[in-house]
Amino acid sequence: MFRYIVKRLLQLIPALFGLSILLFFWLRLLPGGPENTLLPDDASAQQREALRESLGLNEPIIVQYGLFLERLGNFDFGNSLQTGRPVMDEFTTRFPATAELAIAAMLIAVCVGIPLGYFAARKRGSFLDSSAVAGSLLGICIPVFFLAAMLKVVFAEKLGWLPSAFRLDAGARFTEITGFRVLDSVLTGEFDVTASALGHLILPGLALSSIPLAVITRMTRASVLEVLGQDYVRTAESKGLQPTVVRTRHVLRNAMLPVITAIGLLTGSLLAGAVLTESVFAFGGIGSFIYESTQQRDYPAILGFLMLIAIIYVVVNLLVDLSYTLFDPRVRVR
Amino acid sequence: MTLGTDRVNKVDRLAELTARRDGDAEGASLLRETFGRLRRSPMALSGAVIVGAFLFVAVIAPFVAPYEPGAQLWGREVMPNQNVFVGPRAENWFGLDHLGRDQLSRMLVGARNSLLVGVVATLLGFTVGAMLGGVAGAAVSLGRAWGRRLDAVIMRFIDMMLAIPALLIAVSIAAILGPSLPTVMVAVGLAQVPIFARLLRGSMLAQSHSDYVLAATALGVRRPRIVRSHILPNSLGPVIVQATLTLATAIIEAAALSYLGFGNPDPATPDWGAMLADAQRFLVGAPELAMYPAVAIIITALGFTLLGEAMRESLDPKLRK
Repeated sequence: MFRYIVKRLLQLIPALFGLSILLFFWLRLLPGGPENTLLPDDASAQQREALRESLGLNEPIIVQYGLFLERLGNFDFGNSLQTGRPVMDEFTTRFPATAELAIAAMLIAVCVGIPLGYFAARKRGSFLDSSAVAGSLLGICIPVFFLAAMLKVVFAEKLGWLPSAFRLDAGARFTEITGFRVLDSVLTGEFDVTASALGHLILPGLALSSIPLAVITRMTRASVLEVLGQDYVRTAESKGLQPTVVRTRHVLRNAMLPVITAIGLLTGSLLAGAVLTESVFAFGGIGSFIYESTQQRDYPAILGFLMLIAIIYVVVNLLVDLSYTLFDPRVRVR
Repeated sequence: MTLGTDRVNKVDRLAELTARRDGDAEGASLLRETFGRLRRSPMALSGAVIVGAFLFVAVIAPFVAPYEPGAQLWGREVMPNQNVFVGPRAENWFGLDHLGRDQLSRMLVGARNSLLVGVVATLLGFTVGAMLGGVAGAAVSLGRAWGRRLDAVIMRFIDMMLAIPALLIAVSIAAILGPSLPTVMVAVGLAQVPIFARLLRGSMLAQSHSDYVLAATALGVRRPRIVRSHILPNSLGPVIVQATLTLATAIIEAAALSYLGFGNPDPATPDWGAMLADAQRFLVGAPELAMYPAVAIIITALGFTLLGEAMRESLDPKLRK
């Protein structure tokens, strides 16, 4: 097990190396450079040239890449051009926001999608089944930013039930430990902050959950349908096992494997792909920062963030592969 | 009823049965069988109806649109800053947009541009992805050492692209090219490349272990020919399904790119994505402005998704009855 994990993580290194080369040259194709976006419009040509010189952008690109690799050896992605802070710091302050949002969306998707898909399969052809299928098709087809904006207008601006933006009410006092607001406030006992943080998560969480919810419902339904037709289920039923035992131990457990794979892939893309939801709700996570960095030609920030996202994606999927062993004793990791 | 007629009936019935068996044997090709199942699937039919209607609108749009889609004919009547909008009325069935342009004309012409975005983006993703995946799959299937190395190089590259979410790839491409309609097509299309590549390669590898490949090998057919005329055509099914589904995602992703500011800035060639993105700013004062393009996008995406899912089901041997 331990050797397997180490091997998987070591395999990551050449992949990241390749990714860094690809991104490094790719980003230099962006028209204009930071000297056009960071300086005011009336800056002189000398000032622009001085900025390029000080950022090392006038060196040959191979030399720039070599310097980048040298710093990367110390886990240093350089400083963000927009904020001047180390890219790593920018990432660690923004990551909790996105992670909280992704976890909220995934919880909604799993808690609704798995039971919905399961009962839809059990009552195949019923009203519940057809609405689950129709709903999951619809969930894939609604543009996420439109759903997010509609939720915001209806529940935050028209009805006023829930907050419309940010992670906490303006002026809220809180103690920062991990950056995860919900977790921090529970740890310090500031339960009013917990309530506020949870309230701010509902609408963006719902919007972001639309696609994973649709996918998980459909996968669960299809997978349960397949398992229900298996011989071992009929055997279990005919030897007189309790229906609940058959349903949980035989059907659900076997049906979960493909669903878990899907959850892993979806979590990876949620962590990084929340750009649209984050920008509608001004959530300040990594997605919106990458977007701003692209606009500002903040090369070190984009490069660092995308590489860190790739690492997270691989780690999440490693965890998924490891979790197979919990559900299927036949799976042995080597 | 006499004995004779009974026999005649029996023979007729037998003839009918054998005839049907002959017919089945004739039509046993995967494609025809799949198409036959598709015709009977309500999912495929409703998808086809939606897609057909969409195509029809896209084709006839310029001839039936009552006004120039880019002309601000009623610019003075609409004041978005003071929350003054014009809803549906006799001369503008869908009302006016925030610049005083006829919303119906923009929707009609928008269908054409949205279709264009979907089709071009999908074709681009399909072509580049299938070429990369096909080369990798063929290289492995040839069974030589250099083939496996070539495959490893291509697939590591594809896997790296897969680790970055498609929308972020699209954003970075759009940032390089600058906002325009072709940018949206290229960005959305290239972001789909890794999926097509992985799918075709995986499908080719799965096919290369099948019995008919073994049979062809035993008959002495050369490896390149097996790959070209046996493995490749049989592997295309899942890729075609994916292309149909991609038509839906491409239209949605194009809207997302417009929302992020990389959309088509040309007022004379509206597309639904850009219209939806524009209307987001007026969601409180004039939600119907967003509703028209949003509903159009959702229904069109639904049509392609239904069609794609029905194709997937009819290609899947496990789901055949």
